[in-house]
Amino acid sequence: MKELKLMKGNEAIAEAAIRAGADAYFGYPITPQSEVLEYLMAERPHERTGMIVLQAESEIAAINMVYGGAACGRKVMTSSSSPGISLKQEGLSYIAGSELPCLVVNVVRGGPGLGTIQPAQSDYFQAVKGGGHGDYRLIVLAPASVQEMADFVDLGFELAFRYRNPAMILTDGALGQMMEKVWLKEPKPRMTEYPEWATTGKTPDRERNIITSLELDSGRQEKFNLKLQAKYREMEEKEVRYETIECEDAEYLLVAYGTSARICQKSVQVARENGIKVGLLRPMTLFPFPKKILREMAPKLKGILSVEMSTGQMVEDVMLAVNGLVEVEHYGRMGGIIPAPDEIVSVLEEKFIKQNYYG
Amino acid sequence: MAENLKTENIISTRNLVYKKSSILTDNVMHYCPGCGHGTAHRLIAEVIEEMDIQAETIGITPVGCAVLMYNYLDIDMQEAAHGRAPALATAVKRLMPDKYVFTYQGDGDLAAIGTAETIHACNRGEDFTIFFINNGIYGMTGGQMAPTTIPNMKSSTSPYGRDVEMMGNPLKITELVAQLPGTYYVTRQAVHTAGAVRRAKKAIRKAFENQSLKKGLSLVEIVSNCNSGWKMEPVEANRWMEENMFQYYPPGDIKVDGKILST
Amino acid sequence: MHPLVLQYDGDSEEKISKIMTEEIIIAGFGGQGVLSMGKILAYSAIMQDQEVSWMPSYGPEMRGGTANVTVILSSERISSPIINTFDTAIILNQQSLDKFENSVKPGGVLIYDGNGISRHPERRDINIYRIDAASEAAKLGSAKAVNMIVLGGYLKVKPLVELQNVVKGLAESLPQRHHSLIPMNEKAIKRGMEIVNTVHEVG
Ligand SMILES: Cc1ncc(C[n+]2csc(CCOP(=O)(O)OP(=O)(O)O)c2C)c(N)n1
Repeated sequence: MKELKLMKGNEAIAEAAIRAGADAYFGYPITPQSEVLEYLMAERPHERTGMIVLQAESEIAAINMVYGGAACGRKVMTSSSSPGISLKQEGLSYIAGSELPCLVVNVVRGGPGLGTIQPAQSDYFQAVKGGGHGDYRLIVLAPASVQEMADFVDLGFELAFRYRNPAMILTDGALGQMMEKVWLKEPKPRMTEYPEWATTGKTPDRERNIITSLELDSGRQEKFNLKLQAKYREMEEKEVRYETIECEDAEYLLVAYGTSARICQKSVQVARENGIKVGLLRPMTLFPFPKKILREMAPKLKGILSVEMSTGQMVEDVMLAVNGLVEVEHYGRMGGIIPAPDEIVSVLEEKFIKQNYYG
Repeated sequence: MAENLKTENIISTRNLVYKKSSILTDNVMHYCPGCGHGTAHRLIAEVIEEMDIQAETIGITPVGCAVLMYNYLDIDMQEAAHGRAPALATAVKRLMPDKYVFTYQGDGDLAAIGTAETIHACNRGEDFTIFFINNGIYGMTGGQMAPTTIPNMKSSTSPYGRDVEMMGNPLKITELVAQLPGTYYVTRQAVHTAGAVRRAKKAIRKAFENQSLKKGLSLVEIVSNCNSGWKMEPVEANRWMEENMFQYYPPGDIKVDGKILST
Repeated sequence: MHPLVLQYDGDSEEKISKIMTEEIIIAGFGGQGVLSMGKILAYSAIMQDQEVSWMPSYGPEMRGGTANVTVILSSERISSPIINTFDTAIILNQQSLDKFENSVKPGGVLIYDGNGISRHPERRDINIYRIDAASEAAKLGSAKAVNMIVLGGYLKVKPLVELQNVVKGLAESLPQRHHSLIPMNEKAIKRGMEIVNTVHEVG
């Protein structure tokens, strides 16, 4: 049954996982995402759907439990926040190198190091460029509401299985901690049949299944790398998701995802009240990145401002996408500080409009 | 030529005294001549065949010399990151509680980089089996010191012998995990003589059979030689193992049916 | 099911005329029920088909154990859940008053509990109401009722949600085992409606 609830983003992820028919969740506590594990433990999903929930001894163990479960063809996931996600990079690299599906949630906090428990978007590079060692990519989804936190769990699993590739929900402490209305989907039953590559026990009717990322022959390893690249190109072709807000007649464009996109939505209103024609492009997938639409919009624009809670990471992808067709600037706040809507409008004016007065 | 040495007589099933387990593939093993890994693989394969659990068994290989074990056993296998096999096995066993799940790990894998995963899987009482090959050295990377390298033993990173003052003590992780309530069967075996092989096979079978009891983790340590890493001839290596390694790691059961044996 | 491209071109003229948005900050000591007051208010608004967001300060607060939550109720999709000016500030201690008095929009509302306040609000361009909820709760014999009394005061000043929906909101936000407390909470809300006092009103 569809249900309307008021939930924290973290809780929505947990409930959506049960309803998505997840087989297992493995996690380790860290602020600001501990509610995911807490919610799951309180809900007793084992009684609801048979889903397994286990508190692992570390993030390293958790991601490797995900690796083992994924190798059995199961829908498995983990969640953490920045320092814990760093520890998961080795496991993620193995999972990507073994072409296994899984879902990882990063409720980002500010860094580097232990940093702050307050929200940030400073793990963008790590998420979209691979993160661990070797040439691989994650499918990266960026929710901007509690509703999307819930919806992207199912979407993440769907894409992960379609491409046999790990998917990540890249969100932040603000979205994890805030409550909004969320429509919870009808629960899906857990899978009863598993992909033919899954290690579920070698029966006489098939060859043995081996899940490995090891290849000692250079020629074969290169071929495998090219196969991965082809998969990523296909994702770029078919899986780009984004939202445009008041872009029709826009002269200036804000590009922002997640929490920053919510702030920028208000900035668009404020700017338009002041007579500046501003639109917002909100990437919902960060890998694959909405390059094509940016390139199409670029010639009609007078400037693009990439707004991130970081020192400027996504801005590099925006620049690559428009390839010099229009000026691109970055504005960011760090350390858990969230920029205010009017602050962003002032920066936009400062960077693009005021300077035009002086030629 | 004597009549009974004709080819058709030799290959006749009536005269069969020993045969390769059907669970072993035809791939040629990459192990050094004299190494214990091959024997340990064979025993595991034989037990899987004799218990008729090929379709129910999932094995997890380590990073170490045994990384390619999946080339030699005709069962579904997963290859873990260095030290993490018990984490993978935890998930596999919990998701498929009726399957037989085992990890196969070296001493560096199990007792250095993977210590946390090992101890916590043991302590949670996961119902899978760990096969722990203790050769006192990092074989795959070329003979560096392992957590189990015994005092004064030479390796490429302890070229003057393990100085325990400087490099710390060898870790008796098997005795350590036997203390944990989650382990049900903990034993130390070897595979260097016919008698040792027979005892090791019994232990391996017991460890597999324990899985259906769901009473906790079984760990079978196999003290083994690494003649390449130790820079010895195979026979010499086995003698050195008996004289030195067994002092520190005496073969025998440590915990049976959940009870620690007094020594 | 998951559209690849979403397009949002602002609201139609007709809809804009009906848009109601109320941006509220509720702040006080941790333990005064600040977060749960916000949650009940948000749930109540959902009962009336409103959009809501509830954005707490989280983690161990560095500055003297204060907690606050931003609640937005709106008839339209909510853009930023994080804002720095508010239509209404509901304030339960001195630190929060000092911090948020200047964040109330001109013409907006500030409701505060006078207990323990030494420097009272000074602005003259906003509407100020006082509700001595802590002392009232002591009289009612339930220290926990403070936040419900304050909520009552707020609803008297800004009747944006109906009492019956607040009761429904309470039922939604409280676990089943605490449902016996709903009548007591309803009583506290009604009491709050009675005791809220006007300090200053603009125009
Ligand atoms: C994270 C990581 N660190 C280091 C290595 C390199 N490495 C591969 S095998 C190995 C040691 C293996 O020794 P052991 O577990 O004792 O097994 P053996 O090879 O002796 O059977 C090391 C250090 C690695 N693969 N991954």
